[in-house]
Amino acid sequence: MLTIKNLHAEVEGKKILKGINLEINKGEMHAIMGPNGSGKSSLASVLAGRDNYTVTEGEVWFNGKNLLDLSPEDRAREGVFLAFQYPVEIPGVSNLNFLKTALNEIRAYKGLPALEAREFLKLTKEKQQLVDFHSNLMNRSLNEGFSGGEKKRNEIFQLAMLDPQLAILDETDSGLDIDALRIVSSGVNKLRDAEKSFVVITHYQRLLEYIIPDFVHVLYNGRIIKTGTKELALELEERGYDWLKEELHLKESV
Amino acid sequence: MINSNEIIDDIANKEYEFGFTTDIEMDIAPPGLNEDIIRFISAKKNEPEWLLEWRLKGFAAFKKMEFPKWQHFEMPALDLQAVSYYAAPRKKKQLNSLDEVDPELLATFEKLGIPLNEQKALTGVAVDAVFDSVSVATTFKGKLKEMGVIFCSFGEAVQEHPELVKKYLGSVVPHTDNIFAALNSAVFSDGSFVYIPKGVRCPMELSTYFRINAQNTGQFERTLIIADDNSYVSYLEGCTAPMRDENQLHAAVVELVALEHAEIKYSTVQNWYPGDKDGKGGIYNFVTKRGICKGAASKISWTQVETGSAITWKYPSVILQGDHSEGEFYSVAVVRNKQIADTGTKIHHIGKGTKSRIISKGISAGHGDNSYRGLVSVGPRADNARNFTQCDSLLIGNQCGSHTFPYIESRNKSAMIEHEATTSKIGEDQIFYLNQRGIDSEKAVALIVNGYVKEVLNQLPMEFAVEAQKLLSITLEGSVG
Ligand SMILES: Nc1ncnc2c1ncn2[C@@H]1O[C@H](COP(=O)(O)OP(=O)(O)OP(=O)(O)O)[C@@H](O)[C@H]1O
Ligand SMILES: [Mg+2]
Repeated sequence: MLTIKNLHAEVEGKKILKGINLEINKGEMHAIMGPNGSGKSSLASVLAGRDNYTVTEGEVWFNGKNLLDLSPEDRAREGVFLAFQYPVEIPGVSNLNFLKTALNEIRAYKGLPALEAREFLKLTKEKQQLVDFHSNLMNRSLNEGFSGGEKKRNEIFQLAMLDPQLAILDETDSGLDIDALRIVSSGVNKLRDAEKSFVVITHYQRLLEYIIPDFVHVLYNGRIIKTGTKELALELEERGYDWLKEELHLKESV
Repeated sequence: MINSNEIIDDIANKEYEFGFTTDIEMDIAPPGLNEDIIRFISAKKNEPEWLLEWRLKGFAAFKKMEFPKWQHFEMPALDLQAVSYYAAPRKKKQLNSLDEVDPELLATFEKLGIPLNEQKALTGVAVDAVFDSVSVATTFKGKLKEMGVIFCSFGEAVQEHPELVKKYLGSVVPHTDNIFAALNSAVFSDGSFVYIPKGVRCPMELSTYFRINAQNTGQFERTLIIADDNSYVSYLEGCTAPMRDENQLHAAVVELVALEHAEIKYSTVQNWYPGDKDGKGGIYNFVTKRGICKGAASKISWTQVETGSAITWKYPSVILQGDHSEGEFYSVAVVRNKQIADTGTKIHHIGKGTKSRIISKGISAGHGDNSYRGLVSVGPRADNARNFTQCDSLLIGNQCGSHTFPYIESRNKSAMIEHEATTSKIGEDQIFYLNQRGIDSEKAVALIVNGYVKEVLNQLPMEFAVEAQKLLSITLEGSVG
């Protein structure tokens, strides 16, 4: 579904991604870990089309389409969803009105008619229960005054509503209390199916006990330096990143 | 990726939708401002002697005045001698019904979305259509007459109801008020007149649509609305003008009088030609609007959505004279390209227990410059007066400006005056967030702006709120910074 080949990108003249290769198939769950500043959010931003990043080399294919040719909104309409590490607040725009606009824009792109108010509310109710999202947050302005955890849960609620093919979750687990973490992960597990793929960016092995990944990648200095399965996450939890960095330097000095 | 400057240019080049001209035979007075032209206008309109006298007094006052200097923009050079003070579609004879109105004119208004044919007209809205200097038609007059409501052109009111005109004309905005009001008093051509009798709730929205067509003319209309005891009226004005390279002056005067327990809601959707992206052409919208809550427990509410004009310069005001009377001002002012707005309100609390509420939402894009200027004054007799002011600015892009000048003068210790102000910017990260959910940048801006102005648009009658919302999204199309 998603193929990233030798992806290089820079921001403000600074090289951040330095040759990412990644293949994600339908139904797979990939975890990306790595030290602060290694380029995880940057990778997510480049995939979503944030325009302060310049791709200098490489390709990204999504369901046979050249993703890098598409505008951010068209990437979203094609089925790429990014749960932001830092969701922004948009005062004055109600959460519900925003979601309705988003959903109908995506539907229009796919040639589907806009949802009627009743159908929309039904869907909202259903998804709200699925991810256990507080109904009193729905009529409030988008993320305005939401607590850190509420913002993260709103990202998962939007994910449930918009039903993308590829969901990239950037540290959705940070800032969640234990209960919320369980609720969010169980929401993600419920949304998992054979057609959908996930990229979960996290610092904590704990999350991966709830959401079992098929692959774990370590991103370091703009490159994926190791790929493994969930055991790799456990190892990282115990040993940190230094041994990997050493391994890398050894390899590079050979 | 498209950069923000390209997008900003994009909107700037967007055509003004109402910029066409109507080709019609006109009576146009030669340019120039002098007593002769005033006598000419007065004679053309067959006015009584007292009104001519009043005009001449206005002219005398005008000659003694100078242009103000306190505004937050450079006063453009105005050559008032180069303006023609009278332009009217030539009519063949006295009109008795709509069927006799020039079809070209009817077509013009239809094109503007203001059908004057009563069958086609919006239900529940009576319209007075003003083309250049004169009113060409007023719809639903018969129906209103049955209830005793007078809704007609100003000229007609002078002929048919001189006692009302004489009593109230200049009673809220005297001919000496300011230089533009003085000029208007001298040369005003037409406008609308409304009288709502005691105890009547006007059953439909009353609306005036102003259209400037002729070149090198000014438009100086006067509106006078009187709501007698226990009556209610909601009134709306709309305006457009052709695209022309020269600036045109629009210096209107609006006077509102609310008697005991009466309520007047006055709404404006102003979309005069704003000029092109370099600031060439456009209307100078220098208008004096003031209402007086004369009677106890009366209420006047101004709502304005200002998207057009090269310069918008006006402060719809309320004098709260009656005890427990109430004044409101809701405003959305949008500037883009090189547009300038210096607008706000003045509320004078005179009576006891008077209340006022001011909600101002400025939006600046491109190189636009938006100023809110407001005065809340509380007199010594105004025990327990209350004011709440909320004054917000929204910036789109990095080259626009926004300023607030709130003035408070309180001479009564029991008064409570609250002022809140915010400035925010539509951020790239907000736009990107919405993009990432499948919403394109145009829609994203519209979504944010609509959320921002909701509180004001909610004050407009339903049909107009929808129109205003559309107008805002067209105005701001592409202004993502
Ligand atoms: N706009 C920018 N200007 C300059 N440098 C930037 C910009 N955006 C990101 N960077 C830099 O890119 C590098 C990668 O940042 P990124 O946010 O992708 O890291 P991350 O792996 O997500 O880290 P974390 O785990 O802390 O979230 C960092 O060194 C960061 O400072
Ligand atoms: Mg990050």
